[in-house]
Amino acid sequence: MTGQDSGTAVLDASGVAKRFGAVVALRNASLVVRRGEVVALMGANGAGKSTFVKILTGALSRDSGHILIKGRATNVTSPAAARRSGLVPVYQEPSLIPDLSVTDNLRLGDTPVAAFRHWVDALGIGGLGMDDMVRGLPLATLRILDLARALAGEPDVLLLDEMTAALPTDLVERVLRVVREQADAGRSVIYISHRFTEIAEVCDRATVLRDGATVGDLPITPGVEDQVVELMLGGAVGPPAASRGAHEAGSVRLGVRGLRAGTRLADVSFDLHRGEVLGVVALEGQGQDELFDVLAGNRRALGGDVTVDGQAVVFSHPADAIAAGLTLVPGDRAHALLMSRSVRENIALPLLARPAKWGAIPMRDEGARVLAAIERLQIDTRAQGEVRRLSGGNQQKVTIARWIARGVQTLLLFDPTRGIDIRTKRQIYALVRDLADQGAAVLFYTSELAEVRLACDRAVVIFNGRVVDVIDAADADEPTLMRAAYGLTGVPA
Amino acid sequence: MSDVTEMSTAKQLGRVMVDYPLIPLFLLLLGLIGVLEIMQPGIVNPRWIGNTIKFAIPLAMIGACQTLTMLTGGIDLSAGTVATITAFVTATLVPIVGVPEALLIGLACAAVAGLVNGFGVAVAQVHPLIMTLGTGLIANGCLLVYQRYVIASGTKIPDFLVWLGTGRTLGLPNGLVIFVPFAALIIWGQRRTGFGRLLYAVGSNEAATRLSGVRGWQVYFALYTLSGIIAGITGLLYLGIVKTPSLSLALPLDLPSVAAAVVGGTSIFGGRGGYSGTIVGALILTVLSTMLTLLQMPEGVRRILFGLIILAVTALYVRLTEKG
Amino acid sequence: MSAALARNGWTVGLAVLLTLLLVATKVIQPDFGVSGLDSLARAALPFALATLGMAVVVIAGGIDLSLAAMMAVTSVSAARLMEGAGDGQAVLVVAFVLVLGAAMGALNGALIVVTRVPDIVVTLAMLFVWQGVALLILNAPGGGAAPWLRGLIVGGVTLPLVPAALTEWLPKGVVFLVICAAVIWLPIRRSKLGLMFYAIGSDPLAAFRSGVPVGRTRVAAYAVTGLFAALGGISVTMSTGIGEPIPGPYLLASVAAVVLGGVVLGGGRGGLVGPILGVFVLRLVRMDLTLMSFDPNVTTIVEGSIMVVVVMFGGVLAMRGRRT
Repeated sequence: MTGQDSGTAVLDASGVAKRFGAVVALRNASLVVRRGEVVALMGANGAGKSTFVKILTGALSRDSGHILIKGRATNVTSPAAARRSGLVPVYQEPSLIPDLSVTDNLRLGDTPVAAFRHWVDALGIGGLGMDDMVRGLPLATLRILDLARALAGEPDVLLLDEMTAALPTDLVERVLRVVREQADAGRSVIYISHRFTEIAEVCDRATVLRDGATVGDLPITPGVEDQVVELMLGGAVGPPAASRGAHEAGSVRLGVRGLRAGTRLADVSFDLHRGEVLGVVALEGQGQDELFDVLAGNRRALGGDVTVDGQAVVFSHPADAIAAGLTLVPGDRAHALLMSRSVRENIALPLLARPAKWGAIPMRDEGARVLAAIERLQIDTRAQGEVRRLSGGNQQKVTIARWIARGVQTLLLFDPTRGIDIRTKRQIYALVRDLADQGAAVLFYTSELAEVRLACDRAVVIFNGRVVDVIDAADADEPTLMRAAYGLTGVPA
Repeated sequence: MSDVTEMSTAKQLGRVMVDYPLIPLFLLLLGLIGVLEIMQPGIVNPRWIGNTIKFAIPLAMIGACQTLTMLTGGIDLSAGTVATITAFVTATLVPIVGVPEALLIGLACAAVAGLVNGFGVAVAQVHPLIMTLGTGLIANGCLLVYQRYVIASGTKIPDFLVWLGTGRTLGLPNGLVIFVPFAALIIWGQRRTGFGRLLYAVGSNEAATRLSGVRGWQVYFALYTLSGIIAGITGLLYLGIVKTPSLSLALPLDLPSVAAAVVGGTSIFGGRGGYSGTIVGALILTVLSTMLTLLQMPEGVRRILFGLIILAVTALYVRLTEKG
Repeated sequence: MSAALARNGWTVGLAVLLTLLLVATKVIQPDFGVSGLDSLARAALPFALATLGMAVVVIAGGIDLSLAAMMAVTSVSAARLMEGAGDGQAVLVVAFVLVLGAAMGALNGALIVVTRVPDIVVTLAMLFVWQGVALLILNAPGGGAAPWLRGLIVGGVTLPLVPAALTEWLPKGVVFLVICAAVIWLPIRRSKLGLMFYAIGSDPLAAFRSGVPVGRTRVAAYAVTGLFAALGGISVTMSTGIGEPIPGPYLLASVAAVVLGGVVLGGGRGGLVGPILGVFVLRLVRMDLTLMSFDPNVTTIVEGSIMVVVVMFGGVLAMRGRRT
């Protein structure tokens, strides 16, 4: 498959395999990147994508396989070695040192400062102080700085792992433009993303992984999405999102009036009804994190009122919120899971939280609740034992199952489908709809605008810490949401 | 799942060891006893077994303090001092206020030390290692001040403590009367009670337990108080074994108890392990001590060996858990 | 910028506190003067060197519980080798012991990296090992020290051509300390190695991805700690003239001083000036209590309580810093 092209290939990886104990993460992964090409590396969760990336960039060693960079067999044993051979990664999590200034971070990696500054300006991060501690910078800025640092090293191959996740749309556009420019300048980019629109915009080809092996290599043409999805899912496409009939909204479950918190949440009001899935749409950092934290009792509000069933409430600890029926699935699974404990212990955790429940555990009752939740969410528990052995999608299901086992009244979902595969996403949409139909109220923040139509009844759009629009799901096409998220509708200028 | 059959036997063995850490521990214990028997044939007899168990009991009980706190990612380095205080206070107060009162006051001291630890760790959020080291230091100072004013009236050890500490029934030490129910309660409690589960949960990911509605300070507060009380009870039992109260009675148990828990497979970073391993760990360390005494090793060699064993066993566990 | 200001503010605050304590000492003991400062400096020297060692390893995201035991090893090695040796030989001995300290520290670090066992466990195990080694070298306090070594840290500074009155109030112990700290730390802090210490303490994964050789950097940090421990051990021998095989109370004190000095437990933040000031604050408090003729045991209680409160306070501050 690759023999003919390897002359012009900058990167040619073939037959890469890796196992962790009994778990085979990769069995036969290959990837060819030619000069001046942007290649999308795609795969559902658990396909082995992140393992492949780690091997390519020297963060993990491979069991077998060959990696040729610029035609030479290379054995990259560390990210530093990968960088020297011309392959520079930008990982999903920023890899800047929080307690060093920007300057010191550059010194640490021997990054040329002038080139770095050039890229920072090109990517449109204004007002960056080179002596600022990295710790105080917002996530989106960190990712851009990481990218600028990588670009300053003039990489032959730039590897971007979910670069645009958590970026506001204007930055996404600039990143895509830079990617395209790299390719036009004869450099190459490996682009990893779950977002088809971006892939259609910048990529030349897509290499698809499934179950640890490369299963296809397609040129990007209009309508290629269906083919890619088919390859990723291996034909086993799940049912589409449950369609919802017109239904009456129930009584107001959660009322929010003039809520203010942190530095970003300025003034937010809305009502969440029983039986409703209310979407929250916002660009990065518009106050949605603070909103969910306050509602979950994880942070104190600075002003405004929250009512549950008409009763005013103030939460000083998540336990208070849970007692009032407000339960949070946080954006980061690592914040929710006991990685070294079993699925059962993870799901049963809220049942034991209060000191009144510290005595003997009613094992039978607990077992029944946990089993019911596992079945309802179709969690794949073949990987017995620790939750860390589950795939990302299954881990996310466990964080939701925890509240199903306890009984859901108001579910606060913060970007629950971020970074998980399409099949699991669909299961989550269906579940959310199901819960609402049974009378639960769901608040659903999503960073993927397309999800509003798939999962929600209506959506509140937050911009600059204020609600700027409320849009019915029927009207919530992506352009409309996008305009609203930029604050272009709803309020007079 | 055909991959499982492809696993090498070494790795399978490793997996078994991780899932059932008691098996390699028992093998190690038997191996050590075997070596001991080779070194001095005939030493392993019922009397020796009884003695070994007798001395392993207080170590295992202080080991319970370490195991439970280590499950949450903590440690209790004040346990030895607290045990000493309870023993000393009780022994000196018996002639003055009578047995039940003296016992109560002694255990109350232990509970207070536990509460202080609990306050520091739970409310002020000090690292347990530092907090308990500090509490131990302060408590030891208090003990020294106390003994200046109280020692005059002499000491007396309650009879039932002597019976528990030195008596035997059917060749087995009477201390088991306390220890067997104690161990059973801890082993049951760590898996089958809400509190026990929360120890593992808090040690595994405290932020996650918070989002699940657990108020962490409640767990820590209860845990360190419990640890203090366990240390106090151990002090009383140890008093019965040693029969002379001293200002450094149970101090030699402090670091070996950590070793017992670590050797027994409890992770010092929390979330993994359990008490049954610690019990075997305490037996292993006790046998090892006998062996060193037999070889007439200087104290220095004993400490070096203890240290290397902790290191080697932990390194082995780390390697095995990584493969699994 | 505000973060830098806050950090410097902390150090400045400590300096103010230290000055206030010196004034208080003068009030308590009106004839407190040059000789008082001198004995304070000498008493504080081993604590300060231990604290510097602890600060380096804590900045690099680790902790070294075996610090005091390493000091014991170097102290007895120096005393044993110097007994009856000439001045020239003593220089060689000092050089050898410094290398020995760095090697012991590097071994600690290498064991952490190679075994992948958490640093707390490894250094706890090595605490036993180094204690044992110290006991094997010297079973009881003994040995000797070259007189010129003692001269390095006793008395005030006198410079040729400068009137003695101008300089002799400054204890040589302080000068010795500052020179040790500057010679070892300044080149490191200015080089990439220093950045790497902060990097692996702040976020090891990000450091690895930025191309920092995390393992080697960690070993280097522990080696620097070992070097400071060796200086601390030598300073014990210097001021007492003999080697001390039982580790002094340097562990908790150094951790408390590190925290008081604004180095965050967990790594990545802080410097070395704060911890040195912290040491002197803690020593001066103890000295004042002694001057006020408290029972030494009461002094220990108060000192322990202060250390614990300091660490509690540090914990609360670290939390507040994280929140904003």
